[in-house]
Formats: sequence, structure tokens, C-alpha cells
Amino acid sequence: MKPAQFDYVAAETLEEALAVLAEAGEDARAIAGGQSLGPMLNLRLAQPEILIDITRAEGIEAGASWSDENLHVGARVSQANLLADPALAARQPLLAAAMPWIGHVQTRARGAVCGSIAHADPAAELPLLLATLGGVAEATSATGKRDIPAEDFFLGMFETALEPEELLTAVRFPQMPAGAGVAFHEVAERHGDFAIVAAAATADASGVTLGLGGVEDKPIVRRWDGLDASGAADAVEALAAELDPQSDPKADARYRRRLVRLIGRDVIGKALERRHAV
Amino acid sequence: MDGDWGIGGSPERVEDAALLTGRGRFIDDMAVPAGALHAAILRSPYPHAEIGDIDASAALAVPGVAAVVTGRDVAALTRPFLVSVRSAIEHYPIAVDRARYQGEPVAVILAKDRYIAEDAAELVEVDYAPLDAVVNPEAALDESAVVLHPKHGGNLAAERSFHYGDPESAFAAARHVLDIEVHYPRSLATPIECMGLLAEYEPAEDVYTVATHFQGPYAIQPVMAMALGVPSNRLRIKTPPDSGGSFGVKQGVAPYAVLMAVAARIAGRPVKWIEDRMEHLTAAGSATNRVVRLKAAVTADGQVTALDWDQIEDVGAYLKAPEPATLYRMHCAMTGAYDIPNLAIRNRVVVTNKTPTGLNRGFGGPQVFYPLEQLMRRIAIALDMDPLDVIRRNLIQPDAMPYMTPSGGRYDSGDYPATVAKAVQEGGLAELIARRDALRKDGKLYGIGYAAAVEPTISNMGYITTALTPEERVKSGPKGGALALAAVSADPLGGVSVSVASTPQGQGHRTVLIQVIADVLKIAPGQIQVSADLDTGRDAWSIASGNYSCRFAGAVASAAHEGAWQLRRHLTRLAAARLDCDPEGIEFADGRVFKADDPGQGFDFRRLAGEAHWAAATMPQGLPATPTFLAAWSPDVLQPPDEDDHINGSAAYGFIFDFCGLEIDQATGEIRIDRYVSGHDAGRVLHQGMAFGQTQGGFVQGLGAALMEELAYDEAGAFLAGTLADYPMPTACEAPDLHVVHSDTPSPVTLTGAKGLGEGTTMTAPVCLANAVCDALGIDTISLPLRPAKIAALIEDRIEGRTT
Repeated sequence: MKPAQFDYVAAETLEEALAVLAEAGEDARAIAGGQSLGPMLNLRLAQPEILIDITRAEGIEAGASWSDENLHVGARVSQANLLADPALAARQPLLAAAMPWIGHVQTRARGAVCGSIAHADPAAELPLLLATLGGVAEATSATGKRDIPAEDFFLGMFETALEPEELLTAVRFPQMPAGAGVAFHEVAERHGDFAIVAAAATADASGVTLGLGGVEDKPIVRRWDGLDASGAADAVEALAAELDPQSDPKADARYRRRLVRLIGRDVIGKALERRHAV
Repeated sequence: MDGDWGIGGSPERVEDAALLTGRGRFIDDMAVPAGALHAAILRSPYPHAEIGDIDASAALAVPGVAAVVTGRDVAALTRPFLVSVRSAIEHYPIAVDRARYQGEPVAVILAKDRYIAEDAAELVEVDYAPLDAVVNPEAALDESAVVLHPKHGGNLAAERSFHYGDPESAFAAARHVLDIEVHYPRSLATPIECMGLLAEYEPAEDVYTVATHFQGPYAIQPVMAMALGVPSNRLRIKTPPDSGGSFGVKQGVAPYAVLMAVAARIAGRPVKWIEDRMEHLTAAGSATNRVVRLKAAVTADGQVTALDWDQIEDVGAYLKAPEPATLYRMHCAMTGAYDIPNLAIRNRVVVTNKTPTGLNRGFGGPQVFYPLEQLMRRIAIALDMDPLDVIRRNLIQPDAMPYMTPSGGRYDSGDYPATVAKAVQEGGLAELIARRDALRKDGKLYGIGYAAAVEPTISNMGYITTALTPEERVKSGPKGGALALAAVSADPLGGVSVSVASTPQGQGHRTVLIQVIADVLKIAPGQIQVSADLDTGRDAWSIASGNYSCRFAGAVASAAHEGAWQLRRHLTRLAAARLDCDPEGIEFADGRVFKADDPGQGFDFRRLAGEAHWAAATMPQGLPATPTFLAAWSPDVLQPPDEDDHINGSAAYGFIFDFCGLEIDQATGEIRIDRYVSGHDAGRVLHQGMAFGQTQGGFVQGLGAALMEELAYDEAGAFLAGTLADYPMPTACEAPDLHVVHSDTPSPVTLTGAKGLGEGTTMTAPVCLANAVCDALGIDTISLPLRPAKIAALIEDRIEGRTT
């Protein structure tokens, strides 16, 4: 279990990282905390010729910042750092509720928020959260920068809309509408494991959004305008019937559908309860 | 040295200072000789395939690669491993012409480092011709099944049937006959440190030396030596001082030791191999999976009068020594903790396209107690009795001790009903029952499970020969016993050095031996130094040496106890001669040896103990000037099997009675364990802290097997559990507190009075938890692992009536 040979570039600046990416393209991979890419290297599932370490690159933000519209999280921000942000519980309560479910204290200390999103594991929490909240991925290359909405970013299992020469330099989580309620729950075999099914819900004055992870090959997001508690069960039941959940030795499609019905309904109910008038 | 060093105290472990400060010396820390090569193993991606040409030219062209060793190279220099049953199944440590399980070694790549070796492994081209694979042991017995070993013919590796008492009449007379079918899955004990070794070959003397944490049984050493074609004394095994857990699994390093010894010979250089986690999960070994059909003859009041076992044991692709030992370890205890006089057993051993099996904590116990204790519960339901009453009605009574089981087991001691009563009382069963009743009124799914079991301690080296017919046994000569050796020496400054071949894997053997010896010699613990690592070229060892079947506290500590007494008797005679008194009048206390009736007259222990070195010429007449005593201990209750196939498989037997309460989340099928209580009688406890640790650890491994662990294969033979993401194990978050209720019936067989206790809860926890789940869901039986998806499907089908 040793990685194949690669060249290691400790990028000092964003520009340097982008220049290497521009030249090497698919032969290069960026690494920050290494909590996703590290195992893939050792399993030789990823065999890049060049590994670009961005953990010290100037020009990539190492702290989260807040504006009236967004929470902005740069590619050097670890999950632990974001979770420790004192404003998180008040301003992004869904992240505050869901992020403790990611791995363990040890993996969150190393794992980067953007790294997990770029890795796009269909059962991971952060891609689900970005999708549910309707966030945006900021892709930067040597030739420019573009915004990719979450709904267009996740293409499939470990697959995103990033081009080979692009780096995910930041993500933005939009500010919650005033009075919105949120809830998160997941079922995993053990504490800290990837979810069998994860469900995130937000409820605001105009309706309800449900996000599901672990079910199909990318996060599923459904919006119901005007949905209230009495309609939640039927809405989720109909959604569950439409889905094509994956099967694996720990959980078959039938179980995943059951969890969608039961915890989907549950998180919607809780989000609605927590919603309040402003 | 802190703590109470008396027997039964909990002194700090002498092992811990080094381990906790990063100064442990594990196999990967051992110095590597100059010129050593690092091995990577190319493994078969197919569960079953003919192997044609192997083209290693591209791999050999990689700078730093020294050699590529194939199955044919190895077969030319070795013989197949000896197995204990007659069969034409040939097992080499690497596939020769045919691979029979996914992950079987196909080639060994030797290079200057492991990275290069793994790079080169990707370049070895193997011409595979895939064959059909069979993974289900019953399907493997079908005439149409693909045959793994054409030389042997068929996939049935061995079969024997046994009759004890008169089971036919008991079944004919039974008021009720109840049965159960169990498909027990595969799991692995998964130590934190994987396997590893450093192999060398010295052609001038034709001596192989392998440094490895091989944990025994050292009966496998001659098997390895014969495979290498050398006498035992030319295969030297040296264990490192520390090993990061084994739970049986590191017995599985034996074939790799042979493989890398030959690779070192071919390459002409030492070879180091460290198993990685993927290799470990795929190919280190596994507990056996087993298909069991068990039938009980039962009286109207719930007394079981006979059992009829039909067992199909799946040992994987080969009979890897010591298999089929998993099947025969429990042969003498197939009636469990119950007084059941009549017994029929049919044992079939089957090969399939899966990893060969081997030692794992609980060795053969879970596969027996799962069906037995599920059946006891089923009897209770059928007879409308309380499951605990069925257990109580059938337990062996204390006045029957020592109790002879129908198949020859000699249970040495114990008060089973009292242990049950104590656990029920102190563990708070009444409270759990009240909670269950209250929660059920609220529509909750709450269940209580029970399991009773005997825990065999100190394996009889002869039990495996029960797999042979009595006639075959006569030909091969009687085998029985469990020899433990301990060398106890007084050193020139009067300290005491102890050496045992117990190859600990982290348990703390050295600490316990200090307790035992300090207690005999009445000296300070700091005066005693114990070495428990082994060099078969220098130290005293025998085939029973090693670390398995809970033999340490009973057997090894007995040998050390005996060695310390030999030294004490010697010093008693020396002191008596010097003081001109009767040996009976000599006493030992507080580091002194003195006259009992005149304590002022005597010697410092240190001075007296050093005399054999300094004053050999002045020894009193008749007293040899020996500072070293080699004690050999083997319990005489461990005889070879008799002509009627009676076998006492173990020297002593602990008793366990577990119960638990758990709640099932009706929505998700997740299990929340409310309380788990283990009533344990392991004889005299030598070290309380370690005893608790062993019980807790055994429980958590049983919990893993119950809830989530399975070495799964798909129908085509592809292995599905190759990483720890696919093979989840319980962590501290998933492990509830274990409530242990100790009873204490000293074993009359061991000199310490101790029995083993490290394996018992691994045997009982799976079925105890399964019985509780069955109770919660109102069902008869369930298979492992108890994954939430499986439980949720049962809830949908049986409780919600939903069939989507």
C-alpha cells in the first residue's frame, strides 16, 4: 500500500499552483489536508505525476469570511477551523448542525472544506450541504476564474465540473433567509463513517428544501414551495419512489429508500418547527 | 513499581512505560541487515484461475528490483505443508499453477525498497485462465461444483461422524424435537499491527532464520521446517519483544515465513516483508464460516436429552495448518454448559474459493454457541417457557464436577447455577425486564437475550487428531498434552530472571509472571526480570508454546510458578544446610530466607541466591550448584483421544453467562445496547485490571462480529471487504460499557488456579445480542451481522406489513 511515484510541488502562491496545473492538466492533483486523496494515492486509485500541495500557497484563503450575502470559505480552511467559527451557529446553523458528523476530530483537523467538496464523494456531508444550501464553487485557472453553482458542480461519483487546469479555490454558502429553520440527520454504520443516507432540510417563509446524500451518485436536492408539516410525509414518499438508490453490502436500495422516507420526513418536520416568523 | 503486586492485584504493567513513550520494539522496528530486500506480493485478482506463464522481464528491468519469485520457484525448494487429516490437497505458501482465492500470492517481488517493489509488481504479467469459483460451502459439495483440487477430487476435504450415548433412542423418546439452521459468517480479529517478518538464509549451514511475531502454536514450527526440508533446529524463529495484538491472527504469518525464507534463499539476501492492511483483510486468515443444522431432543419440561449436530466447515481454499482445528477445538464441549448425555455429530470440512482460515479469538466457539444458544431460546418459545428457565434447567450442577461430557470433555470445576444467579442479581436483570415491559407498552422494540457457554482453556495438543479415525491415530502415534516451559534463574547479584515461550501480543504476560514469582519467592517485584520473547535456537520451547487458547494464566504461569518453587526448594535446602537446621524450618519473607523459629538467623535472598555463581565449590553435599531451573508443566488430564473418540480438548473450563437488553430504532433498524452483563467464572484472577481488559476486549470483538463485521464475497468469489471502509469494526463510540460480574472457582488443574478469560465473551456476545434482537422482533432466528438494513427489512415485513 505505497503510492506510485509522483513529483511533489509545495506551491508558495496560488499563481504557482495554477501554472503547474495549466501545464500538467490531468497529470497533476492538488492536495490540501489529504484526507480523501491520501488513501486514494496509497491504494493507487489515483496515480498523479505531480502532487501540488496548496496548504501554504499565498493567495488562497486560509480563513472563512462573512459578508451580508455569503459565507466564503477558501481552499486552505480546514473543517475544524470552520466549525470553530463563532458566528457559524447563528449565521449558518445547518453547517453547524451537520459538520460534527464529518469523520472525527482528527480527520476534521486536517480535512479541508473545499477538498471534500472537490472530491465529491456522494455520501460525504459537505457536498450535500453546498448543494442543499444552493452554494457556489469558485474555480480558478491560470486564465481566469468562474463561479459554478452547486447544482452544476456535482456530476457523479467523484466527478465534478472542474476542468483539469482548474483549482477549487473557494466555496460560498449563501446567507440563510431570516427566520429559516434547519435540521440535519444521518444514519451511518458507525460514528464518523460516510453516511448510508444523510438528510439536510431548510424551511423558510416560502417553502422547504430537502437535500439527500448517500442515495445516488451525487447529492439530491428537492424544493417544495409552500410545503407544510401535513404534506411532508406524502412529498417525501413520492420523492423516495422516484429515486434509484445504490446498493452495497451494508445497505440495499430498499433500506436507503426507507431512510429517505423516514429521516427525510423527520428533518423536514424539525426544520419547519424551527422556522419562525420575522 | 506501583500498585499491589499480590496475586489478584492490579499493579501497573512493566510493559507500559516503553509502549506509552514510543519505545516499543515491534517487528518493523527491528534492525535490518545490510543488503536486505523488501518484498511486495503480487496477488491473484481472480478467485479461481489457472496460472500460465509469468513474465517478469519488465519488473526485473526496474532499477532496484533484485528478483521475482514465482510459485514454481518456491515449489522446487519446498514441500507442501503437512496437514492433520489425510487428503491430497496440497498447500504451498504461494499459488503453484492455480490460484484458488482472490488475494492468493502469485509472485514475490524483491527490491531495494517497498515502493519500488510495488511499482514493479504492477509490471509482472501473469497469464491467467479464469475458472468458475464456488464460495458457498453447501454448493461446493454439489457434484456439479467446480473442483478446487483435482488431485484430491471433490471439495469435501474430510468427514467424520460421532455417536456418544444413545442419541437415536433419546430422539425417539423425546416429547419435542426442535431444530435450527445457522449460516455463521466469516470475520477476522484484525489486530492494530499487521503481520511482518525478516527472513534470512545461511547456505553454509543450511539454516533459515525468521524474525517474526509468530504467536504459535509452535506445533506449526515443525510444519514450517518440514515444508522447507530442514530439521526443526535449522529453522530458527525469533520473536520481537513487542507485538501489536494478534488475537490468533498472527499464527497466519507461518506460510509467509516459509515463502520469504525461500525468497531469501533464492535472492541470496535477507528479505523483509510487512503486511499492509489490504493484504491483511484479504489474505491473513479468517475465522471459519460454518453451516450448522442442530437438533435437540427435549422433554415436556424443557430438559434437553440429546443433541444432533450437522456441521459443514468452510476452511477456504486450502487446509492451512492447524485446520480443521477450528472444528475440533470445541468437540469435547458440543453440549455447552449443559448436562446432555446423548450426542451425535457429523463434521464435514469443505474447501471453497475463499481465503484459508486460521486462528481467531474464540476459535471455534462462536460457531458452536451461536446455534446452541439460539436453539435454547427456541426451545423456550416452543414450550412457552422463560428462556432463562430453560438454561437453568439444563445447566451442569456443581456436585457433578469434575463433569465428563459425552464426547470426553472433563470440565474441571465451577458452580454454574451460582454464577448465573450472581450475574442476574448483580447485573440487574429484573430492572431490564421491567424496562422491556414498560417500553413495549409504548410500542417500542426492546429485547433481552441470554447466552451460556463454557470457555476452554489450554488446548490439548492431541485434540486435532480426533479428526482422524482411531485406526489412523494408531498409525500416527498418540498425541496429547500441552507442555509449558519456564526457565527461572538466580543471577549473580541475586536477582531472578525468568524466560518463557509465551510470545505475548500485548497482554502483559511479563507483569503477571512477576506477580506469580514474587509471591513464591517473597521478593520485591523489582528484583525480577522476565523475558517473554522467543528464540527457538536458544530458548526452551515445545510444540504447545505460544499465545493461544487462553493458555497463559493457566499453563505458562503454572510452569513459571513451578520453576520458582524449584528455585525456592533449592534455596531452602541451601539455607537449611548453612544454618544447620531442617528444611521445613526455613521461611521466605520480605526478601529474606531465615529460620522460622529464629527469624534473626538467615540470609538476604540476594546473597543466598547468588551463591551458586560465586561459591559453586562450597555447595553443601548433594546440592548441585545450579542457578537455573527449567520447569516443565503439562496437565495429566490432557490425554490423547481414546478409541471411542473421547477427547478432553482443554485442561480447564471457565463458565460464562451473559445477558443483555437492547432497543431497536423502529425507523432505522439501529440497535442501541441498553446494558450488557457478563457473568464470568475464570477461576482465580491473577491481575484484576488485565482480566477486565481481556473481558472487555473479547466482548468488543464479539460485538463487532454481531453487529457489523463480515468478510463478504459475492457469488462469483470477488472479495468485498478489502479496506477498513468495507470492513467496519466497533470503535469506542460503538462499544457500550461491559458489566462484568466475576465469580471465582479456582481450577484444581492449574497450579495458579487460573483459567483463561480472553475468549469467552467473543464466543457469547454474538448470540446473546442476536437473541435479544430476536426477542425484540418476535422472531425465531436471525443471521449475522445484525446490520440495520437487515433489521429494518424485518421490521417492514413482519411488523409494518409493508413489502416494498
